[in-house]
Amino acid sequence: MIALTGVLVLTACTTPGGSVDGASAAGADGTDGIVLADGYELGGYNPVAGFGAAGEAKMYDGLVRLTGGEGMPGFEPALAAELPTANEDATVWTVKIRPDVTFSDGSTFGAEDVVATYEAILDPASASEARSSFDMIEEVVQTGDDTVEFHLAYPYAPLLTKMLIGVVPSESVATPGLAAESTLNTAPIGTGPYTLVDLSPDRAVLEANEDYWDGAPEVKKLTLLYVPDDNTRAQRMASGEIDGTNLPPLLANTFEGKDGMTVTAHTSADWRGLSLPTDNPVAGDPAVRMALNLAANRQSMIDNVLGGHGRVAATPIPEVYGDAYEPGAIFTYDPARAEQILTDAGWIEGPDGIRVKDGQRAQIALMYNSVDTVRRDLAQAFASDALAVGVEVNLEALSWDRIDPRINTDSTLLGGGDEPFDPDTQAYGALSSVFVQPDVGSIYDNPSDYQDATVDAALEVGRRSLDQAERDAAYREVQDAYIDDPGYVYLVFLDHTYVSKDAGWTMSGPVLEPHAHGVTWGPWWSLQSWTRD
Amino acid sequence: MTTVQAGREERPAGTGQDAGQAGTVPDDAPRPSEGQAPSVQDLRRGRHRDIWAMVGRRLLFIVPVTAAVSAGLFAAAKYSPFDPLVGYLGTRYMTTSDADKAIISEQLGFDRPWYSTYWGWVQDLFGGDLGLSRSFNQPVAQVIGERLPWTLLLAGTALALAVVVALVLGIAAGVRSGGILDRGVTALCVVVQGLPPFVMSLAAIAVFALALGWLPAAGLTDGGADPTVGGVLRHLVLPVVVLAISQVPWLLLAVRESVVTSKGEDFVAGAVSRGIPTPTITRRHIVPTSLAPFVNIVGVRLPELVVGAVLVEEVFSWPGVAGAIVTSARDLDMALLAFLTIGTTVVVMVGSLLADVVVALMDPRVSTDG
Repeated sequence: MIALTGVLVLTACTTPGGSVDGASAAGADGTDGIVLADGYELGGYNPVAGFGAAGEAKMYDGLVRLTGGEGMPGFEPALAAELPTANEDATVWTVKIRPDVTFSDGSTFGAEDVVATYEAILDPASASEARSSFDMIEEVVQTGDDTVEFHLAYPYAPLLTKMLIGVVPSESVATPGLAAESTLNTAPIGTGPYTLVDLSPDRAVLEANEDYWDGAPEVKKLTLLYVPDDNTRAQRMASGEIDGTNLPPLLANTFEGKDGMTVTAHTSADWRGLSLPTDNPVAGDPAVRMALNLAANRQSMIDNVLGGHGRVAATPIPEVYGDAYEPGAIFTYDPARAEQILTDAGWIEGPDGIRVKDGQRAQIALMYNSVDTVRRDLAQAFASDALAVGVEVNLEALSWDRIDPRINTDSTLLGGGDEPFDPDTQAYGALSSVFVQPDVGSIYDNPSDYQDATVDAALEVGRRSLDQAERDAAYREVQDAYIDDPGYVYLVFLDHTYVSKDAGWTMSGPVLEPHAHGVTWGPWWSLQSWTRD
Repeated sequence: MTTVQAGREERPAGTGQDAGQAGTVPDDAPRPSEGQAPSVQDLRRGRHRDIWAMVGRRLLFIVPVTAAVSAGLFAAAKYSPFDPLVGYLGTRYMTTSDADKAIISEQLGFDRPWYSTYWGWVQDLFGGDLGLSRSFNQPVAQVIGERLPWTLLLAGTALALAVVVALVLGIAAGVRSGGILDRGVTALCVVVQGLPPFVMSLAAIAVFALALGWLPAAGLTDGGADPTVGGVLRHLVLPVVVLAISQVPWLLLAVRESVVTSKGEDFVAGAVSRGIPTPTITRRHIVPTSLAPFVNIVGVRLPELVVGAVLVEEVFSWPGVAGAIVTSARDLDMALLAFLTIGTTVVVMVGSLLADVVVALMDPRVSTDG
């Protein structure tokens, strides 16, 4: 085996770049480099513009980082020396800075870099895409040589989720300006386990940071290829040329059982569901809301649309949240009961099979983003389930800017789970009634204009309390209350699917994934900690 | 001998007018020049002067056209139903608060009237600054500089290949129009024209890369290795062949059409009646006169090639500029979009001008639009 590996290494070294054999050996077979194909454009590596906000950026470190494994990820200190602590009402957070860390340009990391990074994100002149996500932070101040304080506009218990984003050197953001125009996008400077050594339109080459404060990674070289077409990524994977890629579920399934290949599906809190606006005469009716939740055949959507890679959703909180998840909060598929509820509420079947109440036909428009085929397929599946209980759902494929003006009157097929590492970031925007007021938050926050006093109160407890048990109980209460008074039809949580070539690396295991995913997630999210004998 | 006559029978009205009816030859179709009686030298000198005049006129014409196109582009983008914020914020469009959207719009100038954005762009342009591409977070010059050479390599090779194939098969088919080769080739062209390039691309990868293993699947190099001449050439084969095949039908049918047309012209009938052998007639009389309208078509239909390149580059993960056209249009990345649009406009106009010059040099009957 060792001899064989040696031969392959030799082949890799002696074959000029053109040979197929040489190239496959240059990957996981024999060397300590890995080649991954990604469907996302390369570049744009500036944390100030929101890159790597969940700490997935390989060139940067956040103040804290995620711990992997099954279930809800925890946090451990990264550029912080220890886990940050909060004052009593969670409005002031103190962070002690890790000493003796250097950036890839050789400069020393310090408290001023933390302050500068967060100030740049919040500075209007940066026009940062991530700005809204940090709106609880009023200011970040340096209070000692190695300490900074986060001063918040309101009590915020899950602040650690906002400390995952990469820290950049203060010099790189010294001049205020558009984050999109910063040189960090193409020449990132960070403290992370890898440094970018080459960037071209089709390829990014990263090399291990031998001086990494947490030990130099064993995977020495990471090559990312930009391969936009899903089918081409599958074909390049099949040809053995690359070591791994992300693929849509149905394409990934075609690799099941292939020698030397592994298909992995990672749990996410990436939900799909539809809003039922309160102002809509049909969708706002509590009986219709409940009936649609019972009429949706979620398991069938997972089997047929997602190739089996998904989980049913009843609320925005998935089972993976552990103690914060309420196992009883589910909607059982029961079209008969759905019909009964509608009939009892006065929605009587008309001559064409569609129900009518007081002259109002049971029809709703369901808008979805025209470029997303999964949303289209889920919308179609839902429409046929709704039709089976006498509710007509008319699908409309639109771009977001066309959906905007109708968001509070018509149903929309939505996705969530952008920041899944706390129940607050996962559920608050969807369910809190503070967003019913115009001009609060985004129009996509609580698009149903959902209002439930119990849910509101429990969401506030979860947001403010620093007691984990109290928070978990609050989120279980949110789910309990929501189930009796739903304002959406949450359909499914997607599992993200990846194909990788077996290469004998010992990996750290999966991590809960956010909405955005590519090869920075999947089995490769913890590449820096992989080991091999 | 007989074939030529057969062609003549097919088109009893076979005169110069036929070219117009065929619909494949645009404005500068061969027209009998007005009769004067100066010497041959004078004629030639006057002819060259006319061509130079045409070049000058057309080059001058490019200036107002590009100005109008670019202004129109900025205005159209402003009034289009697309919001540049959607492209800029991406998946964060939903989670960004309305207040922050307003701040970002202001910082990026999305709320300015189009003529103000346009004027800023024009000033930058004359200052030598092509601006910054928001989709790629890079200077436009860098985006173009890194990608354009790969597109030129791919599209240039494919066009050359397509032209050669179209000429050889098109002339063969046209000379024996109605024969087995002609019918086969014409039918094949129709089939290929109905086949989207991305389907052809995926099929080519499945057959030649995966099933037979002869050629690499996609990309510039294997597994992201550094590009070498040999490696890039091997990776170039499949995309070039697919792009060339997708371009062959309209080229080939155009060649065939003009060969058939020339065959029916009086000078061919004259040559036949003088007893000149068929191969010589084909080589000396039919082919040269058929080439002129063909060159013209290549010049005018360059956009067709760009569209084909967009699809082929995407499937073959070819790092060219064609994909950037789609990305910049989708995101309303104005600096990049404006440059690419104007670039394409200029290329098409210059291409069509070059074609006209070649045609005018080749065929003395063609007028120089003055």
